Amino acid sequence: MNYEPIIGLEVHVELKTKSKMFCGCSADYFGNKPNTHTCPTCLGLPGALPVPNKTAIEWCIKIGIALNCEIPLTSKFDRKNYFYPDLAKGYQISQYDQPFCQNGWIEVLTEDNKIKRIGITRVHMEEDTGKLSHKGNVSLIDFNRSGVPLVEIVTEPDFRSSFEVNQYLQKLQQIVRYLNVSNADMEKGDMRLEPNISLRIIGEIELPKYKVEIKNINSFRFVDKSIQFEIKRQRELLDKNEIPLQETRGWEELKQITISQRIKEKANDYRYFPEPDIPPIEWDKLQIDKITSQMPELPNDKLIRFEKEYQLSSYNAEILIRDASLAAYFEKAVFQSKGVLSQKQIANTLINKKINILSISVKDLIKDIIHSSKKEGIDEIELSKITDDVLKNNQKAVDEFRNGKEVVIMFLIGQVMKSINKKIDIEIIKNILKNKLNKK
Amino acid sequence: MSKIDISRIAKLANIPLDDENKNKLEEQLLETIYYIESLQEINTDGKEPTNQVTGLKNIFREDIISKSFSQEEALRNSSCTEKGMFKVKAILSSD
Amino acid sequence: MKLNQLTIKEAGEGLRAKKFSSLEITEAVFNQIDNVENKINAFVTITKEEALINAKEADIRLAKNDDLPLLGIPIAIKDNFCTIGVRTTASSKLLDNFIPQYDATVVKRLKESGMVLLGKTNLDAWAHGSSTETSDYGSSKNPWNIDYLPGGSSGGSAACIAADEAIGAIGSETAGSIRQPASWCGVVGLKPTYGRVSRYGVIAMASSLDSPGPITKTVEDSALLFDVISGHDVHDATSSPIPPISIANDIKKSIDPITIGISDDYFDGVDDEVKKIVENAIFQFEKLGAKIKKISLFAPKYAIAVYTILQRSEVSSNLARYDGIRYGNDRSFFEEEARRRIILGTYTLSAGYYDQYYNKALKVRTVIIENFNEAFKEVDIILSPTSPSTALPLGSTKNHPMFGEIADMLVEPSSIAGLPGISIPCGFSSIGLPIGMQLIGPQFSEALIVRAAYLFEQSTEWHKVKPNI
Repeated sequence: MNYEPIIGLEVHVELKTKSKMFCGCSADYFGNKPNTHTCPTCLGLPGALPVPNKTAIEWCIKIGIALNCEIPLTSKFDRKNYFYPDLAKGYQISQYDQPFCQNGWIEVLTEDNKIKRIGITRVHMEEDTGKLSHKGNVSLIDFNRSGVPLVEIVTEPDFRSSFEVNQYLQKLQQIVRYLNVSNADMEKGDMRLEPNISLRIIGEIELPKYKVEIKNINSFRFVDKSIQFEIKRQRELLDKNEIPLQETRGWEELKQITISQRIKEKANDYRYFPEPDIPPIEWDKLQIDKITSQMPELPNDKLIRFEKEYQLSSYNAEILIRDASLAAYFEKAVFQSKGVLSQKQIANTLINKKINILSISVKDLIKDIIHSSKKEGIDEIELSKITDDVLKNNQKAVDEFRNGKEVVIMFLIGQVMKSINKKIDIEIIKNILKNKLNKK
Repeated sequence: MSKIDISRIAKLANIPLDDENKNKLEEQLLETIYYIESLQEINTDGKEPTNQVTGLKNIFREDIISKSFSQEEALRNSSCTEKGMFKVKAILSSD
Repeated sequence: MKLNQLTIKEAGEGLRAKKFSSLEITEAVFNQIDNVENKINAFVTITKEEALINAKEADIRLAKNDDLPLLGIPIAIKDNFCTIGVRTTASSKLLDNFIPQYDATVVKRLKESGMVLLGKTNLDAWAHGSSTETSDYGSSKNPWNIDYLPGGSSGGSAACIAADEAIGAIGSETAGSIRQPASWCGVVGLKPTYGRVSRYGVIAMASSLDSPGPITKTVEDSALLFDVISGHDVHDATSSPIPPISIANDIKKSIDPITIGISDDYFDGVDDEVKKIVENAIFQFEKLGAKIKKISLFAPKYAIAVYTILQRSEVSSNLARYDGIRYGNDRSFFEEEARRRIILGTYTLSAGYYDQYYNKALKVRTVIIENFNEAFKEVDIILSPTSPSTALPLGSTKNHPMFGEIADMLVEPSSIAGLPGISIPCGFSSIGLPIGMQLIGPQFSEALIVRAAYLFEQSTEWHKVKPNI
């Protein structure tokens, strides 16, 4: 039977606001002494109350706007009730039937280089839980993370491959970084994803009657592997006429498999109800327009502009816009070097030489490019002679190179440079040396 | 009137109940439900639910850091701590 | 008169005039506590040592003519308000060893106004009840007859005021918990507009209803305490940003002839004796120049259903944090009443029942609010008995899962609508138990209902009668 994967995604993005979602504790908990960023509210003490962080809500709406969502004019918070030791209040303040943002979309590239639209069901605001660490027969809880703002982004089940999922995640990461609302570092847990996967026979229209949610994917590298594994696992079951269980499975990186996380209380009954401690939210159009007007240029728009305005290849433009600060650096360099350097020269240098933009100012970079493009010339015959001498005098290194230890070429380059005592392009020396070494 | 599945509700509510308590509770709950059922007599067609009587809207705080508890203060009321953290019996499935 | 019998007003004036010291009042109060507390059981925790130190400090400040409104005045606070460093139990053994790391906003404001904290008063465990019988620290007794209940949940606060074990007290009301015990104990209880007094640091019962407020010997005292504790709080998103006006300053201002609304539904099922006394009070108001007008109000019996659902549902969620990890004991320490409420609230919120119960109750709440709005187009305030009966004997609550709701039937509609109400004494039953009536006004009309209550009080002697303990 031929199946196609049906994949939807839930992504949690932790915002980098200064303070937490509902209290004034610092939200910058990573690496801090446990339980030093808590107060009555995020520790769930009796009588404590939440007051929502305005910046976090505005950032949530910015994410929604970037994902082409509608922003309903009325919204509210709800309580999601469940018990877990890391959940201080016994409920999470979240949003149920009136999220801040809904019905959006985003375009991703498919394997065959086609543009595909992925539907965004909703983008809503909630709070993080404390952090549990397991140690033998006890678990320890640190509430520094409790109440840190989280934005949950839910897609329609529109993905058909892990490639598309990866494209989406990269885009999403890029967008929240452009918006400067999250570091979106998966390894640090700023961005967490839970794909749900099922398979259906190609040609069918209805969604499968089951879906499997995968957790514990805390690195980009695991996304592809875990989804591939799950597709294979489900296909094998379906081929045996078995319907995979509706369940949550965890990715086990060591074993490279997903493992059932025990069928979690099937009827997860969260008993949502409107959070009585927080008055509802009602926007007027002007407020939303104001947030929209504060949006930076988004990656897609920048890409199109870079290709057009700077006449860059789409490959180069794509690399330059990956990181908003690199893109800004590039534009500054183009502006400051007007008439002296070409846009392409700057782009090539930034991309090919992998320039660390934090360690060199735009001014210095321009100087360097100009300088290196005016390298001192050297007579080719003289250079050929010097390289011959160097090779002759360093037989051991030559042997090593030929035995596959290619790094020794750097040593040989150094020897040549010493003999010439002139500043010339390393690449030229390298090419000559390589030619000679490979010839003999 | 349908019976309440007390065991399921008690599990959701995380309330330990023995059988004797369960039976007694069930009886009393049915009495309470009898009272609250009277609501169905009231016509609420076209009425919006009121979950806030204040009429307040858009109450936010600015994103400003305020003072937190020290670790000692945070843990002060707990009977079971280790290494500056709250300690519980092992939680099996990780989240 | 003994110093412990002083009102807040009298104590404040006497202290400023140096007629007596804060230490003397505080000692007189503890003397009374020593004498009667074994009969009344109004307190869960008494903080005598700290109180005496605070009283001495207050005297030093008084000597410097420091002019804080409550400087040196001994106040008792219901044990569901968090008090930094002082055990706060909500009368549940689950919190037997809980010593809050922070003060409730109300407590903070009282401290900043110079009060001397006497201790924490008894309540129904988690404020679940109208009798204090569900307290894990034993029931409080009615100072007018210790075989009777003081009412609740703020029963300890009402009893300690009636027994002169404090000069003033703070309670909290979800639906009746201030007014009903005030009525049963023959004292004054002011339930402010929801959102007028911060809930921050008050152990939550039903978040959309909880309203802290004063329980005092006189109407003026309630106004004085209200002025201290009311006002916007940045820690409570539901607290009103409208600046409060001082109601104590204006209390004696002459009042325009008011129209008082009376609804037959609020006399339905009320004890004959209570009915008669409240009717006398209505007559008294007429003599004072008020116009009486019959109005039709939404039947209180439906409010019971709305209240029960909203309260149980919110309770089930509010009590979820008590897992014994960060403070307190584990969930097996919830006693019967709390268990009952948590289970019912879990049920009414559970999948498939939300629309039938919680959401329906929220819609009926809309109907109730609209009904009050209509009524307040015709009348300025509404008057009714506070409770359908006088205090009931100890043990009355046993096996009555709806005891509280029925005892609070007449205060529930206004609580559901978030309206302010004040209960004041208006007479006694044939066996000498106090009877109270309530005045209800539109949102934020505390000044009006307090002035009307003061007018009545000043024309009667009920508030001056003391129980024989």
